Amino acid sequence: MSTATSSPEASAAGRTLPLTEGSLPQRLLRGALTPGGAVFILLAVLFIAVVWVNPSFGEPPQLIRFIGRTAPIAIAAMGQYYVIVAGEFDLSMGAVIATQVVIAGNYIGDDESRVLPAIALMLVIGVAVGIVNGLGTTILQVPSFIVTLGTMLALGGLVKYLTGGAATGNPVDTFREIGRGGIQDVPVLDVLPYSVIILVAVAAGSFWLMRSPFGRTLIATGDNPDAAGLAGAKVWWVKTRAFILSSLSATIAGILLVGYAGVHPSVGAGYEFQAITAVVLGGVVLGGGRGWVLSAAAGAFALELLFSFLNFQEVESTWRNTVQGVIIILAVAASARAWSLGRRPPSRSTPAAPAPSPTTARPGTETGEN
Amino acid sequence: MRHKIHRAPMAVASALLLGVFATSCSTEDPTDSTSGTDESSETSESPEASEEEGSGDEQEWFDQAVYDEQYEQRSATFEGDPETPYLQYIDGEMTDTSDYKANGEMKACFANASISNPWRQTGWITMNQQLKDLQDKGVISEMETRDAGDDDNTQIADIDYFISEGDCDAFIISPNSTAAMTDAVERACETGKPVVVFDRGVETDCATTFIHPIGGFAWGIDTAEFLIDNLEEGDKVVALRILPGVDVLEQRWAGAEKLFEENGIEAVDYFTGADPTEIKKIITDELGKGEVQGVWMDAGDGAAAAIEAFEDFGADYPVMTGEDEMTFLRKWEETGLTGLAPVYSNFQWRTPLLALEKIFAGEEVPKEWVLPQTPITEDERADYLEANDGMPDGHYAKFGGEDLVGYPEVWQEREIP
Repeated sequence: MSTATSSPEASAAGRTLPLTEGSLPQRLLRGALTPGGAVFILLAVLFIAVVWVNPSFGEPPQLIRFIGRTAPIAIAAMGQYYVIVAGEFDLSMGAVIATQVVIAGNYIGDDESRVLPAIALMLVIGVAVGIVNGLGTTILQVPSFIVTLGTMLALGGLVKYLTGGAATGNPVDTFREIGRGGIQDVPVLDVLPYSVIILVAVAAGSFWLMRSPFGRTLIATGDNPDAAGLAGAKVWWVKTRAFILSSLSATIAGILLVGYAGVHPSVGAGYEFQAITAVVLGGVVLGGGRGWVLSAAAGAFALELLFSFLNFQEVESTWRNTVQGVIIILAVAASARAWSLGRRPPSRSTPAAPAPSPTTARPGTETGEN
Repeated sequence: MRHKIHRAPMAVASALLLGVFATSCSTEDPTDSTSGTDESSETSESPEASEEEGSGDEQEWFDQAVYDEQYEQRSATFEGDPETPYLQYIDGEMTDTSDYKANGEMKACFANASISNPWRQTGWITMNQQLKDLQDKGVISEMETRDAGDDDNTQIADIDYFISEGDCDAFIISPNSTAAMTDAVERACETGKPVVVFDRGVETDCATTFIHPIGGFAWGIDTAEFLIDNLEEGDKVVALRILPGVDVLEQRWAGAEKLFEENGIEAVDYFTGADPTEIKKIITDELGKGEVQGVWMDAGDGAAAAIEAFEDFGADYPVMTGEDEMTFLRKWEETGLTGLAPVYSNFQWRTPLLALEKIFAGEEVPKEWVLPQTPITEDERADYLEANDGMPDGHYAKFGGEDLVGYPEVWQEREIP
């Protein structure tokens, strides 16, 4: 808005990010060595491991189905990313998914003409939940942990009320096609699930969004909300939008899951923690300010691959939560150690040279934001 | 400030993070091997392992005497009219209830484990319609119900509340779990009022009557025999189980597992929590590993998701046992797969109140009231589908409430009371 308020931020951002220096291979290599990049290496390692124990997994038709069924969790992880990178948590995700699933089942039922109104209704509910979470966190100053826990419980109660805790009828098949069907007779792949297309669209959108002024401000807000506020960002609105994006992602995941599996109040259970695990595994720092959105999606794939690997090894699925717990603790410990090491003075010896860089447009992002 | 952080420590960061992956992966391996041995009863792949370690797991739920008893009961003669199966029982010890003979209406108190699955919901609706009937007859004034929401502690508190403050003339208890509820049921018995236990059991025989269908082993035997008859030796069966630790469910699997092992069927079992997403993933992963010829379920909830997984994978339909839930019956007919619908007689939800009617009339009731439990075969399927036309997917074909008030609308609308 005003160049005066954005100048402190501008001068900081005006210096080159080390990650944007050098040639493309150099940048890729450096990127791969960050927590956000390492997850892609992990992904590759896990993929090789899974194909090792079960070669048919690597066949394109099976692989694309795996991607299709992992799409909901990857989309949820990207949604959770916005909130985490802004320095908050969204625990209501699983409950939002369950609510949307149940609404789809109850409202659409066998009535095909209700598919579009239902999708609109679900999106509106998604936005509404996001606004409640966002405003509760920012305006009411309630920690997001508590606000989203509250919405989680409230929505959980609603689901229980609507279903009595048991499965109800599935919505009409045309609606379920979104999560279940795909484009048939695709060469090599056999079938291209719609969920993969939606995943790619969401990923591309997220990638673009994080490079937009909003994305830059979001990261700045997560890193230091006070500084971002002084720089002119409307912190409450930035964070609220992060929560809205999170609930909307949960809604999309819900739509896909109804199609994939059908209506059951337990659909979506534990998704918030799976999403958080995926985000953490993707090297995104809890507390905000650092991390890549696509790494969060990669984290989701890594997690699902790990579960598949364990499954192929005939490990009881009851161990999953244990694995997830260990991953969260270790990944957070590792990245926290990494960042705190980085704050030691010696790192001053390698300041970025004020080289010309394509990111000099960064200051403009704040202005565009306000 | 934060930009600097990126540089030097990156290597450290990534090394640590990869270390994380390494450690987390290596923690998996021991996990893998330990669970491979102590849960090996599940996979039945290594016979030695399952004899050593697996038997510990099995002993908990497999009981040869009960198994044999239920094996026999499947072909037993039931007293009473087959038209009213909810009043039939196997001849045996009777409880004298002349002391309980009552004049006028009595208050019943019902401690319910939960209504968190379609089977319990259907039964709960039927029970409420049965209650209306008995209220009209002037047998029962009211039934106060407390729903424990699947929680042992809540149910213990519920029962204690009934004992101390409920002003109850009789107790109906549908236990949430077997061992945990035993003491509370005994406390209810100590009040000297009639206690009716139904569905899941408890480890005491103090109740006036314990009502249940033949039981989990009978389910396991019926289903496993069906799969064995329709499969070849060495075929693979994926067993989908709802949750561990509930006797009626554990016995279903214990019975089936024994027969699978004896007949060379390779069976792998999973807990699904009835979550269709889980079910579909499990089946898809199993199909990815190799062919699956059979699917066994300890409850029909989620059967449709299991069948859809085969459709979506492009695999042949399995031989499958589900349950008499409408979803499965309809999907079974639609797909034409080879299947069987075992029944855990839902009409048993009528029996506790009818038992109270007898008890308050001073008529004797069976000490252990064993209700009939007969699977629905492919030949009978059409009849049950027709009889339950218009019923929602979560409805159970053998709900046994056709002669009650409100039939069929109450069940069709499925308003949970």
